[in-house]
Amino acid sequence: MSTNTSLRQGPDASGFFGRFGGRFVAETLMPLILDLQAEYEKAKQDPEFHAELEKLQKDYVGRQTPLYLAERLTEALGGAKIYLKREDLNHTGAHKINNCLGQILLAKRMGKKRIIAETGAGMHGVATATVAARFGMECVIYMGSTDIHRQQPNVQRMKLLGAEVIPVTSGTGTLKDAMNEALRDWVTNVDNTFYIIGTVAGPHPYPALVRDFQSVIGEETKAQLMEKEGRLPDTLVACIGGGSNAMGLFHPFLDDESVRMIGVEAGGEGLDKRHAASLKGGEPGVLHGNRTFLLQSEDGQIQDAHSISAGLDYPGIGPEHAWLHDIQRVEYVAVTDEEALEGFKALCKYEGIIPALESSHAIAHVLKLAPTLPKDHIIVVNLSGRGDKDMVTVTEHLAAELAK
Amino acid sequence: MTASMSRMERRFAALKEENRAALVTFVTAGDPDYDNSLNTLLGLPAAGADVIELGMPFTDPMADGAAIQLGSQRALNNGQNMVKTLQMVCELRKQDQDTPLVLMGYYNPVYRYGVDKFLQEAAEAGVDGLIVVDLPPEHDDELCIPAREVGIHFIRLATPTTDARRLPGVLNNTSGFLYYVSSTGVTGAAAPTPEKVQAEVEAIRAHTDIPIGVGFGIRTPEQAARIARFADGVVVGSALVDCIANAESPAAGTEAVLALTRDLAASIRTARQ
Repeated sequence: MSTNTSLRQGPDASGFFGRFGGRFVAETLMPLILDLQAEYEKAKQDPEFHAELEKLQKDYVGRQTPLYLAERLTEALGGAKIYLKREDLNHTGAHKINNCLGQILLAKRMGKKRIIAETGAGMHGVATATVAARFGMECVIYMGSTDIHRQQPNVQRMKLLGAEVIPVTSGTGTLKDAMNEALRDWVTNVDNTFYIIGTVAGPHPYPALVRDFQSVIGEETKAQLMEKEGRLPDTLVACIGGGSNAMGLFHPFLDDESVRMIGVEAGGEGLDKRHAASLKGGEPGVLHGNRTFLLQSEDGQIQDAHSISAGLDYPGIGPEHAWLHDIQRVEYVAVTDEEALEGFKALCKYEGIIPALESSHAIAHVLKLAPTLPKDHIIVVNLSGRGDKDMVTVTEHLAAELAK
Repeated sequence: MTASMSRMERRFAALKEENRAALVTFVTAGDPDYDNSLNTLLGLPAAGADVIELGMPFTDPMADGAAIQLGSQRALNNGQNMVKTLQMVCELRKQDQDTPLVLMGYYNPVYRYGVDKFLQEAAEAGVDGLIVVDLPPEHDDELCIPAREVGIHFIRLATPTTDARRLPGVLNNTSGFLYYVSSTGVTGAAAPTPEKVQAEVEAIRAHTDIPIGVGFGIRTPEQAARIARFADGVVVGSALVDCIANAESPAAGTEAVLALTRDLAASIRTARQ
C-alpha cells in the first residue's frame, strides 16, 4: 500500500468524499457546524480527550468487544471460517454508544448542556439518553410516531434514563422525519444545544467524526484477528442503514487491498417493491446536509424506506459509502426481510446469540456467501447489536413457527 | 432607474422612491391544488404583493415549520411537481410583467430536475430569483453562480447566527435582496422584538447596499407595519399558508390569502407616515 493513494484521507476540506458529502444546511446552522468542526479538530490533537474516551470505552461500555469464532455456524455452512465482532455486548446493546460517548465529550468541551438526537429503532436514542444521564445533561430524543409504536421497549428505556421522547408525526413519522425535527430543534436552540447524530450522515463534519468514533470496531478487529490468526481477514460483512457500524469496521481496512468488504442494505420486500436500499435502488440527491444516494421520486421527492428492521429504515446512506460504491472499493448488496429472518434464526440456532434484525441482514448474506468459499477463507461479520428489542416484530413474523 | 436593471431591482428602486417597504408574500405552488393555487398567484399583484415568493414543494422541508410542511404535503398529494410550478410562473407572466417572482425551496428537487435544465426553463418562464434554503455560500458552485449566469438572482438568507466572520461570504454573490431571517428557528415561529431586529438590520446595512427583506414570525398587519418602518421588504409566509389550511374550501382559501394580503399591503403603505 502506498501512502499517497490512501483511501482513508477523506473527506476534503469542504466535507466531500468524491462527489458526495458536503454541508447542505440552512445558514442558521452553518456557524454551529463550523464550530463543531473546529472543536473536533482540537479534540483530535488532545491526548486528554483520547484518554478520557478510552477510559469510558473500557470501564463504562465494556470494550474491547470479543472477536468470536462462530464454530457451529461455520460448520453448518461448510465453507469459510466465520468470526463475529461482538458489538452486541456493548453497554446498551449495540455499537451506537461508541459514537455517543465521543460526541458527548465534544459537547462537554463546547459547554453545551442540552443534548438532542433522532432515533429510528431506538438504539441510538437509548445510547444518547445513556450518555446524557452519565454526564448529567438534559436530553431530548425525536422519534417517529410509527417507530414509537413498533419499538416500545426502547421508548421505555429512554424515559427511564431521563430523556424526553418527542413523537414526530410530520411527514411519514419515521427516522427521516425525526431527523428533520431534530434539525428544527437545533436551529431553534442554537446556543445551548448539541445534536448527536447517530450515523455517518448529515452535514460535514458528522460523517467523518461518527466514522472516527466507530473505527474502534475495525481497529480492534484487526489486532484481534492478527493475534488469533496472524493475518488480515479475507472478507468483512456489515449491515447498512446510514452505515455507521459498517464504516467503523471497514475504515481501518480500506487500504488493505486484499480485504474484500461487503455492505448489506435492507432489501425489504424486494428491490422491485418497498425497500430501504439507497445504493441498490436509489439515485444521487441532497438531503439532511449531504449529497448521497437517496430513495426518491422522479421529481426529487424523498420516498419512504421500508425494512423489517427499524434501524435500517432510512432513505439515504452515509456519503462515504456512496463514494466507496462509486470507486468500487466496497461491494454493496441487498437482502430481503425474509432472508434477514433466516439470518436471525440461524444465529439463534447455531450460536445461542439473538441478533438485532439489523445485524441479521449481515448474517443473512453470510449464509449465502460462506458456503461458496474455502475453509481457509476468513469472514468477519459485524454483529452490531442484540435482538431483545426486536422480540415483538420477530414474534409476529414467526408466529406460526413459534406456535409449534 | 435604467433599462439594465432587473425586474427585481426596478421594483425595489421604485418602492424606495415611494418611501415604502415591499410586501413579499409566500405561498406554496400547488397548495392546496394546482387550479386554486394558480388563482391565488394570479390575484396576488392586484392584492398588493410587491414581490412574490412561490414555494417549490418538498417532502422534507427541514428549515420550515409545520404550516409550510403541511402546505407542501397538500400540494404534493394533489400532484404538484416542478413542471407544474414552472407552468404557474408562465401563467403569471401572461398577465403581469412587473412583479418579481422568486422560487423558494430546497435543493433536491432542483438537483434532480437538473440544474441547467431548471435554470433555462425558469429563466424562460420569467423567474427573477431563487431562494434555496440548504445551499449556503460554501456551495455557490452548485446553483448560485450558474443562476447568476442566466440572469436569475440568488437570494441568500442571513440569520442572527450569521456573525461578522460569515456576513461577507453571505453577501458575496447575493443579489436582488437579502432575506434577513429575524429569529433562529423555523418558519412560523414566534417573532422577536422589532427593536432587536432593527438593530440587526442596521448592522447588516453597514456592509451592503442591496435591499434587506425581513421575515420569520410576521403574521399580522400591525407586525408588518413595525418592520416596514425600517426594512426594505417584509416577508409574510406561514400566516398566508395558514389561510389556505384553515379555509372551508380551496376557493375560500384563495379569498382569505388575498384578503390578508390586502390588509398587509395597506398597513405597509402607511407604515412610514
